[in-house]
Amino acid sequence: MTWTDLQTALSADGYVASDDLAVALHLALTLGRPLLLEGAAGVGKTQLAASLAAQRKTKLIRLQCYEGLDAAQAIYEWNYQRQLLTIRAAAEDGETGKAVEDRIFSRDFLLERPLLAAITQDVQPVLLIDEIDRADEEFEAYLLEILSEFQITIPELGTVTAVSKPIVILTSNGTRDLSDALRRRCLYSYVDYPDRQAELEILNARCPGIEARLGAQIVGFVQKLREEELEKVPGIAETLDFAAALMGLGIADLTSDPAALQHTLSTLLKTQSDRASITSEVADRIVGRAA
Amino acid sequence: MSRVTKFAARDPGAAARVAGFMAHLRNNGLRLGVSETDLALAALCEVNASHPDESRQALRAVCTGCKEEAAHFDSLFDSYWMDMGRVKQKIVQSSPSKGDDNVHSSRDARGEDTGSAGSVNTPDGVDGEAESEGEGRLIATEVRNLMRTDLRDLARPKDISEAEEVARRLGAALRDRRSRRRIAARKGDRLHFRKTIRASLATGGEPVRLIRKQRPDRARKIVALCDVSGSMTVYAQVFLAFLTGLMRSDVTADAYLFHTRLVRITEALRDKDTMRAIGRMSLMADGFGGGSEIGPSIAVFANTYAKRFVDARSVVLILSDGYDTAPPAVLDAGLGNLKKRGCKIIWLNPLKGWRDYAPVAEGMAAALPHLDIFSAANTLADLAALEREVMTL
Repeated sequence: MTWTDLQTALSADGYVASDDLAVALHLALTLGRPLLLEGAAGVGKTQLAASLAAQRKTKLIRLQCYEGLDAAQAIYEWNYQRQLLTIRAAAEDGETGKAVEDRIFSRDFLLERPLLAAITQDVQPVLLIDEIDRADEEFEAYLLEILSEFQITIPELGTVTAVSKPIVILTSNGTRDLSDALRRRCLYSYVDYPDRQAELEILNARCPGIEARLGAQIVGFVQKLREEELEKVPGIAETLDFAAALMGLGIADLTSDPAALQHTLSTLLKTQSDRASITSEVADRIVGRAA
Repeated sequence: MSRVTKFAARDPGAAARVAGFMAHLRNNGLRLGVSETDLALAALCEVNASHPDESRQALRAVCTGCKEEAAHFDSLFDSYWMDMGRVKQKIVQSSPSKGDDNVHSSRDARGEDTGSAGSVNTPDGVDGEAESEGEGRLIATEVRNLMRTDLRDLARPKDISEAEEVARRLGAALRDRRSRRRIAARKGDRLHFRKTIRASLATGGEPVRLIRKQRPDRARKIVALCDVSGSMTVYAQVFLAFLTGLMRSDVTADAYLFHTRLVRITEALRDKDTMRAIGRMSLMADGFGGGSEIGPSIAVFANTYAKRFVDARSVVLILSDGYDTAPPAVLDAGLGNLKKRGCKIIWLNPLKGWRDYAPVAEGMAAALPHLDIFSAANTLADLAALEREVMTL
């Protein structure tokens, strides 16, 4: 399978990947390396993992990172409640000692968190580590170990080695600089806003019912809007919401109803000052230029 | 443009060329090891390597690690594989300062025309080393401004070690912020009840392992923006030494230079060799001593780097005299945007040390409402004296 095949297969699932991204993903798959995706919010970094899992018909295991994420929430934890109940029950039955101990420290009592779950799958899963920049640096160091060895040591059970190496995709929004060590281990791709053609393809793939004329208008409008000075530039997700909103309201032409356009802008502009800067006149001007 | 480099017949083969390319990238500041060369070869086997675009994309995925590197990569790729950077072509045809061998100029060749010395990332050995070698060396980018000042003349090692001390103390004064909220810590002053109870589940409800909590140190990140326009040249020595010292004493600090545009010099200043670090910086600061566009530079900073590196725990340090050629409204808006990120802004103006100084320059007047501290700084001693002021921030 070459990278163009991969690109075609993904687009059949509704994900339009740029050449750059497709090559990086193809290499990540063939070389067995994690892929680090960076880019603005809403350009489809997370969606890539979902589409890849759908295309390969495997499980998507997602680890959402946040400040204070620790090993117990990311790797594994013993099911203490169940262990305690079992000990009580065993005591009543007169069962004691080694037998109970062996039982309560078995796989049945282990709560698998995403990272452990990812390496115990029979079929190679897609492991999405979302917004890695939000996790603490300590966790990043822990992650490095797992990403290079693909094994986890549980003191009571022994070492769990990956049955099949997961496909690892990391995403980052750049709230913090990632460590060089992590960047070195990963292949890298920067996901940018798509150009007009690519965005139109995405829109058509995601909203199949849309009229060609309206689709072109929407994409042109959003592309021009990104050139304006905004605090929060609308991503592809916003474009799709905008299209869905317009279709839901039965608007077939952006120029026809300025008031309705202004109402639907809430799907694109997410801060108060952005809303204030794109007045109805500005919106009209952008529509005019986009056409 | 898209002429593919013709390698000599005695060239040992594709693997050696890729290894040469990796060395070329290393020379230009990308941090790559032997394992990356290995990976690059493996990657090229997986794509159609005879197709320039495909190998470009594949090598980009392998060799780059952040957005800036990815953006820089194309020109590096062109210079090696597309016959763009042969010194023979570049220097002889387009450089106005040709004929270095014939004309004995009193100018220091290393600083004035860095293009000919191969790369400033390698330590300079003998003058004109690049010319003395027969085969062409590669340079990555075009030489934009030949009237370049060598910042190495401005910053001396002694100053830097002093500045390092000052920067360290200033950093420490800023750093010591305690959060009100306690978080779990190994050596805390109080018990973390919630975590202790949760952990006691593992031991049948007996709190055997006591977990403690403490007020965490909230590190404040220093982001320094230094004006290196013409009017600031006399103070550049102090400020550049300070920046270099800051970067060496504080691993989280971030530094930028601006004149008519903004450059991030953090990576360059982190170079272990102090003088080489300043050499790298002077290559980046091309246009040094020229005009100043403070407002646009700050606005660019607020809209790009600040989104990634500035948060509520940052302290933005602006070293500038406030003589702006752009309209003051731009500076006002830029600082306003920056302030919205929740950071503290300190403006150090060398002119404020003058008697009867009033911030009447339009740019400075526009900036004042956004500043947390506006203070004088001409010498290292002034910077050291800031310590007490920033404690109250």
